[in-house]
Amino acid sequence: MIKHLTTGLIAGVVIATTSGFTFAGAAEDKGLAIAKQIKVRDEGWIDMTASMNMVLRNKNGQESVREIRMKVLEVADDGDKSLSIFDRPKDVKGTAFLSFSHTAGADDQWLYLPALKRVKRIASRNKSGPFMGSEFSFEDLASFEIAKYSYKFIKEEACSIGTCFVVEQYPTDKNSGYTKRIVWVDKAEYRMLKTAFYDRKNSLLKTLNAEDFQQYKGKFWRPNAMKMVNHQSKKSTDLTWNSYQFGNGLSLADFNQNTLKRIR
Amino acid sequence: MQPTMADDVFFEASGKVSTEATIYVHKGQFTNQDYRTNFSLAVEPEFYWDWNGQQDSLTFKPLFRKDQRDDARTHADIRELNWVHLNDDWELRTGISSVFWGVTEFQNLVDVINQKDAVEGLNKEHKLGQPMINLSLVKDWGIVDVYVLPGFREQTSAGTNGRLRASAVVDASTTTYEASNSSKHTDVAVRWAHFFDVYDIGIHWYKGTNRTPLLTAVRSNGQTVLSAHYQAIEQIGLDLQATVDSWLWKGELIHQTNPLEDFWASQLGTEYTFYGLQDSATDLGVLFEYGKDQRGTRANAFMQNDFGVGARLDLNNTQSTSLFAGVIYDLDFHTTSASIAGSQRLGEDRKLSLEAQVFASENSSDPAAIFAKDDYIKLTLDSYF
Repeated sequence: MIKHLTTGLIAGVVIATTSGFTFAGAAEDKGLAIAKQIKVRDEGWIDMTASMNMVLRNKNGQESVREIRMKVLEVADDGDKSLSIFDRPKDVKGTAFLSFSHTAGADDQWLYLPALKRVKRIASRNKSGPFMGSEFSFEDLASFEIAKYSYKFIKEEACSIGTCFVVEQYPTDKNSGYTKRIVWVDKAEYRMLKTAFYDRKNSLLKTLNAEDFQQYKGKFWRPNAMKMVNHQSKKSTDLTWNSYQFGNGLSLADFNQNTLKRIR
Repeated sequence: MQPTMADDVFFEASGKVSTEATIYVHKGQFTNQDYRTNFSLAVEPEFYWDWNGQQDSLTFKPLFRKDQRDDARTHADIRELNWVHLNDDWELRTGISSVFWGVTEFQNLVDVINQKDAVEGLNKEHKLGQPMINLSLVKDWGIVDVYVLPGFREQTSAGTNGRLRASAVVDASTTTYEASNSSKHTDVAVRWAHFFDVYDIGIHWYKGTNRTPLLTAVRSNGQTVLSAHYQAIEQIGLDLQATVDSWLWKGELIHQTNPLEDFWASQLGTEYTFYGLQDSATDLGVLFEYGKDQRGTRANAFMQNDFGVGARLDLNNTQSTSLFAGVIYDLDFHTTSASIAGSQRLGEDRKLSLEAQVFASENSSDPAAIFAKDDYIKLTLDSYF
């Protein structure tokens, strides 16, 4: 009797697990398909320049401002090359950051310190650290690459502009600061409208809302505002993008240690 | 923000004012060092123009310092007066400027282009502007820099009322040179730098006047002073860094030929960073370096047989709070020096820095024994405009 019951229970568990897997398999495929669609719809922008303004707020509402200009070059079959120039706060003015990101393996990154005129190769291991003391981490600002996550489609639901796919993304990099992200992607244009970040203890850490999307070159959607709220520290960062420009004629020659040293 | 028309001229002025207060633990051991506090003020504006669609730019960055006690520290310098012209795969930099070569933290053997502005502080980052013509070629196989360096700058040093000096002061009127045309000698240098995968490499050749003087005590006008002698040298060097996950592996190696001898010197080290300490935003880096000079105790080098350990703490907060602590131990003289440097932004446009240095040089044969009474704490407030 006990034996039968046990066998029956095990059989039941096995069936449940198997059906669960079948279901998860489809959900994973759909999640991956959505990710691929996000990526495909954002290919071919070639190069981009933009400037960003960040307003950091602590829980008492005290503000601190960051200003950064960026030049980015799309690289076929690899990650982007980017150059970031810091204008504010004034004590870091002239500091510049060069990054060659890769779809597989560690990124190559250099930092230029103008007071010392020193170019430093830095470890790209630090994905989860805050970017300039803000609520954005380095990985939050990195370009979206398919291989960085595994996926699971959850459901469709109404969102701020129409209907959204809700997809869970699990970072593949062990150095990620997250166990998962839940993203809301609109069905019409595959824009990531909202992202919820779950920390290493799987508690909700932050929510990012991307707003005020504008389309460039008749194809590429970019948000003018990205608002990140940290639910645990009650701090927030509002990132505003200005003067997006695509097709500036940038080339590999604009992304080396000499340009890093002289960029203004 | 940037010129949109090719014939527009873009201009920008920025800079900082630094207020500095130094407290010495003891009164100095030499004449005229009978004080424990010193105040100083420095202004370092920067003027920048570019035109021709950013193909041409000019940077002018003077430094003015007024020191309460030391007339030699009250000084002005042109850190930069540099015209840069860009072309597709080369750029030409003409004027006065500063160049950094190297990868290690405690000293940079390969960093030979600029003279130290030693009165500014013990920190190796203070450099005098060097007149130069620098052609930089950007190739698929790396960046090649060719330097022609007309005019030599003597190392600055503390005056009669200054601290952190020997019992005698350096008297510029007694300076001698190896090169027949003294400070008008034109030096030359070439460097190739490139990166492969996780490796960054630089190789240089330098022929000219040594930036580091040999100091000897001489009598001048009835007083004992130090006379600086600048040798003519030829040097080749290598700097290499491997950046692997959280590890940095670093090495600098030079071979120098001077009229007295030829020798090797090296600085080797490693740095490991613990990112996000205990799930916080704080990073802790620990580093270890060893410096060796083949000349041994005769070397006029900072780390001739010394090891250094250090820890770097970055809070990665809104105020960018950071702290570095380092200890250097001399294996020949068995002496220790320790330093702490920290900084934090105040509000939006100001930064407060703290620097403390302790010299434990009981061994009077160590050249560092002259600093035995010069332990200090220095507070600097930088206001940016």
